[in-house]
Amino acid sequence: MRNTIGYAAVVGQVVVLAAGAPLLTGWMRQVRARLEGRAGAGVLQPWRDTRKLLRKEPITPVGTGPAFRAAPALLVATTVVAGALVPLLSTDTPVSGHADLIVVVALVSLGTLALALAGLDTGTAFGGMGASREMTVASLVEPTLLLSVFALSIPAGTTNVPAIVSGAIHSPARLASPAGLLAVAALAVAVLAETSRIPVDNPSTHLELTMIHEAMVLEYAGPDLALVELGAQMRLTLLLGLLSSLFVPWGIATGLSWTSLVVAAVLFAVKVAVLGAVLAAAEVFWAKVRLFRVPELLAGSFLLALLAVTASYFLNGAS
Amino acid sequence: MSAIPAALATATALAATGALAGLGLPYRLRVAVVGVLTAGVGVAGGTAGVAALGGSRWRAVYSGLVPLAGAHVAVDALAGLFMAVAGAVLAAVAVYGIGYATGHGAHGLGSRTAQAVLPVFALSLVLVPVAAAVSTFLLLWELMALTSLFLVLAEHRGGHLPLGRSRERGSPSVRQAGTWYAVMTHLGLVLLLAGFALFAAQAGGETFATLRAGAHGIPPTVRGLVFVLVALAFTSKAGAVPLHAWLPRAHPEAPSPVSALMSAAMVNLGIYGLVRTGLDLLGGGPAWWWLGLLAMGGASAVYGILQAAMASDLKRLLAYSTSENMGLVLTGVGASGLFAAHGDKPLAALALAAALLHVVNHAAFKALLFCAAGSVLRATGLRDLDRLGGLRARMPVTAALFALAALGAVALPPGNGFISEWLLLQSLVHGLAVPGVAVAVVLPLSVALIALSTGIAAAVFVKALGVGFFARPRDERAAAAREAPPLMLAGMTLLAAGVVALALVPGLLGHGLDRAVGAVGLPGSGALTWGGLGVRLTDISARLEPLWVVAALTAAIVLATGLPRLYGRRRRRVNARLWDCGGGAPTPRMTYTATSFAEPLQRVFDDVLAPEQDVDVTPVRESAYLVERVRFQHRVPDRIEHRLYEPVLRALASTGRAARRLAGGSVHLYLGYGFAGLVVLLLALVVGW
Repeated sequence: MRNTIGYAAVVGQVVVLAAGAPLLTGWMRQVRARLEGRAGAGVLQPWRDTRKLLRKEPITPVGTGPAFRAAPALLVATTVVAGALVPLLSTDTPVSGHADLIVVVALVSLGTLALALAGLDTGTAFGGMGASREMTVASLVEPTLLLSVFALSIPAGTTNVPAIVSGAIHSPARLASPAGLLAVAALAVAVLAETSRIPVDNPSTHLELTMIHEAMVLEYAGPDLALVELGAQMRLTLLLGLLSSLFVPWGIATGLSWTSLVVAAVLFAVKVAVLGAVLAAAEVFWAKVRLFRVPELLAGSFLLALLAVTASYFLNGAS
Repeated sequence: MSAIPAALATATALAATGALAGLGLPYRLRVAVVGVLTAGVGVAGGTAGVAALGGSRWRAVYSGLVPLAGAHVAVDALAGLFMAVAGAVLAAVAVYGIGYATGHGAHGLGSRTAQAVLPVFALSLVLVPVAAAVSTFLLLWELMALTSLFLVLAEHRGGHLPLGRSRERGSPSVRQAGTWYAVMTHLGLVLLLAGFALFAAQAGGETFATLRAGAHGIPPTVRGLVFVLVALAFTSKAGAVPLHAWLPRAHPEAPSPVSALMSAAMVNLGIYGLVRTGLDLLGGGPAWWWLGLLAMGGASAVYGILQAAMASDLKRLLAYSTSENMGLVLTGVGASGLFAAHGDKPLAALALAAALLHVVNHAAFKALLFCAAGSVLRATGLRDLDRLGGLRARMPVTAALFALAALGAVALPPGNGFISEWLLLQSLVHGLAVPGVAVAVVLPLSVALIALSTGIAAAVFVKALGVGFFARPRDERAAAAREAPPLMLAGMTLLAAGVVALALVPGLLGHGLDRAVGAVGLPGSGALTWGGLGVRLTDISARLEPLWVVAALTAAIVLATGLPRLYGRRRRRVNARLWDCGGGAPTPRMTYTATSFAEPLQRVFDDVLAPEQDVDVTPVRESAYLVERVRFQHRVPDRIEHRLYEPVLRALASTGRAARRLAGGSVHLYLGYGFAGLVVLLLALVVGW
């Protein structure tokens, strides 16, 4: 029984992530459309797009190789594994011992790397440009992510995510500390950059001067494109979910019962939907930053993360 | 017990036979025989190392071997680890080297000198950790430096041309690399000599046992001086910033198997020397030693990888990446010393274990990377990433092996480099428990520097693999490339097997690593539990089981490819043209090159890298508004080299010129100098007594 619920929680996390990701994107587009005075295509539109793309014939552009073919599946796979590890619904699963935050961050980076290689594999100017820009941004995001991990692991004494989350549930004061708030801010900027959102990248542009993510995946079509899109949507959901788990952990099941799991799933949907709506609303008012101003933004978030670690150390040392 | 001396005697005998065979045999036989014997040296040395890791120890004195002092040798687990790494790398690279030197002609690596020196170099790599007295150590150290210098110069008459092409007269870059290497390695030797002489004089003996016993009686300032001198020498050998200048010159110019040996086995010995002297012989020291080492490690990690990001020469890129990885190892060693200085032994053991594991991992993937780069060089004659490309289809095995090794180098999950970096990060993250404001300031910075270097490393290896091997060839030589011969592939496959084993079951190394850490007086098994599958930290709740990560990823990939197929109608894959903006098929000139790939990063780190650009516009004669020709030059020089080395070199040169005036050519003047010198000496004696 114990194990059944545990495994159900893991499967539930993956299913919620995979099924919910297009809905989240649809929801964010809808919020954005309404704020801009448009009717919008409806929350289900990303799912309809995925279905359409899956039915098309698979296409291999001439001159591409295994890296191009494997990248979409690898992108989805890294996100699925990370989603199974991170406590989106429950902190007590059979795999929670393996859920190291550094591993999760590295898995997300692995997906980025796979897509960048696919972009270079096409041998077009756009593919190379996207890959180059994406890797530049990713290499600058990495320090912020790891320093935020560091800051969060100090009060918990471990980098294990379920331990950090359940620690925060039991002593909520940790979250309201200056260190916790600084870490949220730093991590939020890093999440925006990692998921290619405004102000770092614009997911809906196809203008060669500005696009990053879209330039890399320009050659994909049909089922491959469906996987790439799904992968990108899942990453957004995963990282927003991780953010909510770390900083608004209430509702996540710490014990093993079916009711708490269902409650956790509902609350997860609500939290991520609220975060998504806030992000979508913010995107209406923000403009994309120039590519060469992005490092300044990331340097700022890096500074916040460093302050978080220092604050965490000195406040912990004082108490 | 008896396995170690027997294995070492075998290694010595094989190396001696190999050197003679290299001198005596004709070209065709020479390469094969020397290669097999060198591989034998590696296997024998590796066996001795593994035996030592398994817990056996050995010490002996051969009083006749070295005049006056006698040769003192001893093997413990720490020495064993470095011997095992060197042996394994040697065995695989020697097999690769047979394929590399065959058909290359009787010059370069196939020449009589190079083939005679190669087994001796191999032996010195295995024997340096065996030395247990200052004189023995320095002799072997110098033997290693000299033999490697010979091998760096092997292609001084212009090497690395594809088969069947005429060779040019001489290669100035090889000679320059040789000069830099010779000078820097001997400056290192001078520092080492000074440091060890001071140490031995104060401790009252030159065997390591005496030094260890006498270290605590030495006044702290002298201990500090000894450490600084010795650390400078060893970090220079390890290629740490700012003493790295020889490394990015010598490694690319050496024949590729030699680059692999230098980068995967020789630089490690710098780390060995540092750990042996700093933590073992001196028995640890005050915090400032280790803070200095941490600073050096962090600087090397970031500066090395930034230069690698800018490099478009494949082997230079790999050389700078060596500098980066040695920086990470130094960070681990520095953290270990720092924790030990504050009394936290288990955490110190964890940091040292992480550093040593990274040495092993780096050796495996870097040897493979250099060998794959050597295959590319041999097949195309090109090291310039801007001209390579399209090798994925032409050299599929080499490309796949390069990708495997690159995965290790970027420190992401299924790769072997990730495991050691994870351990290093864990030790740093938990190091905040150690008291002290310096610790609180330095550790977050170290984590940030490691993270930054990891992030840029991802960009670097995406560039190396994506631009060098994927897409389309940008040069006809790359287009004409063919797969490397079977022996080279066999050597690389051996290395690849090592990389995969280290990535999947690092636990196999567990007890050996514990013993190696235990050899310097830290509690070996205190901080780590090595399960069958992975690593678990006992004090801290953290664990990593790479095999599970790989299994989960595989399952998820199957799921991600399988599920959509169930839904969609099954259709055959069709080929289609790349999107060409309606302007005709894209040509290779339109693809992104390594330089353009690195351009955004270069802009971001503009202030650090200080790139030089030169645009030269020539207008046509009739009108200044019509351009006839534009010449664009772009260079990213090694800034530390510019700022630190060139002033020193200029000062030396001007002193030399000034001193020329003293030598007027008159015999009277020289007799006068002699007289004056004698008088000064006598006066000094009178005053001094």
